[in-house]
Amino acid sequence: MTLQAHAITAGYRGRQVLSEVSLSVEPGETVGLRGPSGCGKSTLVRVLALLHEPTTGHVSLDGTPVTGARHRVPPQIRTRIGLLFQSPRAASDPRLSLTDLIAEPLRATGHPRDTIETRVAELADRTGLTPDLLARQPHAVSDGQLQRACLARALAHRPAYLLCDEATTMLDASTQAHVAAVITEEQHHHNMGVLVVSHDPALLKRWTTRVEELI
Amino acid sequence: MTLLHTEGLSVRFRLRDAVVQAVTDLHLRVRAGELLAVVGESGCGKSVLAHALLGLLPANAEVSGHATVDGTDLLHSGEKVLARQIRGRKIGLIPQSPATALTAVRTGRTLLAETLRAHDRDPKTADRVAADAGFDPADLDRYPFQLSGGMAQRLVTALALATDPPLLIADEPTTGLDRPLVDHTLDLLRRRCDNGGAVLLITHDLAAAERVADTVAVMYASRIVEHRPATGVFTEPAHPYTAALLKALPDREFRPIPGHPPMLTALPPGCAFAPRCPRADTTCATPPTGPVACHHPLHTEVAV
Repeated sequence: MTLQAHAITAGYRGRQVLSEVSLSVEPGETVGLRGPSGCGKSTLVRVLALLHEPTTGHVSLDGTPVTGARHRVPPQIRTRIGLLFQSPRAASDPRLSLTDLIAEPLRATGHPRDTIETRVAELADRTGLTPDLLARQPHAVSDGQLQRACLARALAHRPAYLLCDEATTMLDASTQAHVAAVITEEQHHHNMGVLVVSHDPALLKRWTTRVEELI
Repeated sequence: MTLLHTEGLSVRFRLRDAVVQAVTDLHLRVRAGELLAVVGESGCGKSVLAHALLGLLPANAEVSGHATVDGTDLLHSGEKVLARQIRGRKIGLIPQSPATALTAVRTGRTLLAETLRAHDRDPKTADRVAADAGFDPADLDRYPFQLSGGMAQRLVTALALATDPPLLIADEPTTGLDRPLVDHTLDLLRRRCDNGGAVLLITHDLAAAERVADTVAVMYASRIVEHRPATGVFTEPAHPYTAALLKALPDREFRPIPGHPPMLTALPPGCAFAPRCPRADTTCATPPTGPVACHHPLHTEVAV
């Protein structure tokens, strides 16, 4: 029962970014990932999130190797991994209201309307988004509020693993503590495994159980 | 010598059905050699302040009050003066989100050479200017999309420093950088001040502010609520908001401030922090003033 990267080599158009990198995240644990700027942390996260296909090596989910990436991976496998990006603005459709933003992953997998409504309300409550905020579009909320909506969206499918790629870097101390608290609470509920990519030694020390270094 | 001076600076954005109070009644003074850090939650008005000083606000913004840099009026000077005498010459800007600030179809080298040439400097010094900002000159021929977030950040820093302006406004210059690069950038800012320059550092990173700032202005819901020498702010915060923000740090209590910041379209008439404040009472319905804008500060004897 692990999310595992086995000897991943990956890159973009011939430019190799990762070479033979392995990493594992167990259910319930919080793993930190640290490394210099531009060393491939985000690429590794994209590979683990099944968004980027490695040139060699593979990702396995609870012991089963995953082949392909993005839409070639069946939804029941894809939805087991949640992802929270660094910039909530770049990661949200500016046309959607926050409600639609959070509901999107559930609609995409054909959940019935009333289930979606209940789940969105529950997620909004947990991430501290008021009905007033939910009706707004991304341009009308702050980065912190938008990142909380993105967190709600990432948790919509109750993922077994959540990957946070510098997800709190651009947030102020209070919002960062709030996002971390919501994630920790979710972890206690159903033993979610969490990967935290960060440059901040104080954050990694406080939040994670072990830290892996990428060079 | 006072380099930047604002008095009662306010910025309003008129929307169709509301007015956003983005910056309210700001009194700031930055001297040559001083590094002032403006800290606060996202959406509290920090970046609007930077844009107001540089005349970069959108058309629906209404600016009032006074602001001068090195004696030149910033609010009523007109675009020509701002473009030819202020931006890049008297005030440099390290913009937020460097990825969007860089021209996508130009390499770092052409951007840097253009800036140097426009300011009558030798474009051949691009390599050195880049290296000074921690940007590897070997990467100068890359296009912005080929740069990581951290590399783009260092490139915009190089662009701002290329013209050596007396006042540098750095808007979140360390976001997305790893620790050694954060330290490098902060040292760079500090060094500018030690050499007689002035820096207005806008950041949500309290640790960064603590490391380099001479003075700190804590901003909450468009107003500065605590404005003091840096030493006291982090050890003995006087405003309950400052104290709560510090408690949220991962190396302190890692506890979020309860509640949410107010909407800038519907600010309460009194203290905007009162609804989230453990010390609030009926007196907080009237607006507090002073360097510690609070009716019930945690410390009354503060050095200002």
